[in-house]
Amino acid sequence: MGQTLAEKILQRHTDQEIAGAGQIVQCKVSMVLANDITAPLAIKSFKAMNAKKVFDQEKVALVCDHFTPNKDIDSAEQVKVVREFAEEMGVTHYYECGEVGVEHALLPEKGIVGPGDIVVGADSHTCTYGALGAFATGMGSTDIGAAMALGETWFKVPPTIKVDITGSPRQYVGAKDYVLNLIGRIGVAGALYKALEFSGEAIDNLTVEGRMTMANMAIEAGGKVGLFPVDQKTLDYTAAAGRSGDMMMTADLDAVYERLVEIDVSDMAPQIACPHLPDNVKPVDETSGLKIHQSVIGSCTNGRIEDMREAAAILNGRKVDPKVRCIILPATPKIWKACMKEGLMEIFMDAGCIVGPPTCGPCLGGHMGILAGGERSIATTNRNFKGRMGSLQSEVFLSNPSVAAASAIAGEIINPAKL
Amino acid sequence: MIVKGTAHQVGDHIDTDAIIPARFLVTTDSSELGANCMEGLEAGWGKRLKKNDIIVAGENFGCGSSREHAPISILGAGVPVVVAKSFARIFYRNGFNMGLVLLEVGDDIEKINDTDQIEVDTVSGEIRNITTGAVITCAAVPSFMQEILDAGGLVEYAKKKLV
Ligand code: SF4
Repeated sequence: MGQTLAEKILQRHTDQEIAGAGQIVQCKVSMVLANDITAPLAIKSFKAMNAKKVFDQEKVALVCDHFTPNKDIDSAEQVKVVREFAEEMGVTHYYECGEVGVEHALLPEKGIVGPGDIVVGADSHTCTYGALGAFATGMGSTDIGAAMALGETWFKVPPTIKVDITGSPRQYVGAKDYVLNLIGRIGVAGALYKALEFSGEAIDNLTVEGRMTMANMAIEAGGKVGLFPVDQKTLDYTAAAGRSGDMMMTADLDAVYERLVEIDVSDMAPQIACPHLPDNVKPVDETSGLKIHQSVIGSCTNGRIEDMREAAAILNGRKVDPKVRCIILPATPKIWKACMKEGLMEIFMDAGCIVGPPTCGPCLGGHMGILAGGERSIATTNRNFKGRMGSLQSEVFLSNPSVAAASAIAGEIINPAKL
Repeated sequence: MIVKGTAHQVGDHIDTDAIIPARFLVTTDSSELGANCMEGLEAGWGKRLKKNDIIVAGENFGCGSSREHAPISILGAGVPVVVAKSFARIFYRNGFNMGLVLLEVGDDIEKINDTDQIEVDTVSGEIRNITTGAVITCAAVPSFMQEILDAGGLVEYAKKKLV
């Protein structure tokens, strides 16, 4: 019997024979991740286990990205705990200060995660690395503490939903719209416990960055992982990130899927997830005209260089509505620098945007763009839960970077084609 | 382990905020958390739970945040086993890690009614409804996960593995 991508990757990391969905297997992990919010708890569990050292200094990544540069005394204390632990353990991949970026943009860029890896992280958007063909998933802090100590963890082999995406998109429609559309179709628990496996010509045509945008939001459908086949584009990306030895990987032709979801993107309009759940998805024209107070372009979903270019193409030569805070956060220092080199920073500043450092910032209502009661934000982020970006009385609408930039100019949600 | 107690039924999609609301997360003490177990479902609901009782749930039990306080509060309330139609993913892991036995039985969940007396063999995965006579078998807990449970949770399990 053929294997799905999820089964193939798990099989590489265990001696147990994987027979199919539902089975529980113990696997070696390739990378264990935690951030400034979740690492302190994982470290507490790690110490309660009497662990003296991490299983491999090269295979633990600690990224202080959520509240950094530290927004208050509590967050500074948390980062201090993580920094001291990293020093004590000799963790190679510790990121803070001028080196830090949003974890799920940073790790792929540094070549720390790649095809065939198993990555576990104390952060639910760890699933982003599925874009590279890694079995990557979020867990609780004690699981991560144990994985840091033991270098292994257990998984229940997930059934897989195959998502076939075909057609050629219209202008201003891309990866974010595909994944929002999918979540709107299957719902926030549509992939609960399951793997999503993407295929089809529209997926082949996507860049690796676009695939990361999609894999990132697998969790918003309840998914355990969102996997993409490893093709030449993936290999070019990981080689550029300094990796060697990665190989192509696809599911077997006779792999067993639980269900097939087919989406044709040919007639798709830009998609918007309306408050307060990511599956409350509508075509942009059904929400246009809604006044906004803020537009956030950044995060692990859409803070990469392509997203910056997409926003800049809209903002070029235009002005942001003076009543709108258009906050742009390139997700890593490397992306920041590329924005400067390519002249995007000038476009952003001339348009009246606020450009901030690489940080999660407003995505989780942390800092640098918190909403007051009654305020509304459009954002390229991944969650629009009640109160996610500030007041319980505020609203977040999720979109792609073109829509977020166009809306900042118009002062209301708008289809970029109508700007 | 054989657990014998009263079944207490809850519905579908019981989230971790229902199990232990955020206002109680200021502690990690299991008896304190246990005193407020299911407070987000209905005020005072948890008072019906006695030692070795069993929570019987519908679909997607434990969805929502990844807080480990949720399984800790159930254990703190004296409940060693939850039987459900299905569990949310991160809760399923956290449950085992904290030493809570979770048995997923699918549609057979209909064979258990509120307040039935039931007996659970956590090793074989057999659930006997003493009140109605019905027997449900679900896949036994895999041996190494049984080891985690036997050790008293993941912290203790890892401790043993590390010496
Ligand atoms: S950018 Fe947002 S979703 Fe991504 S890791 Fe940071 S807080 Fe989480």
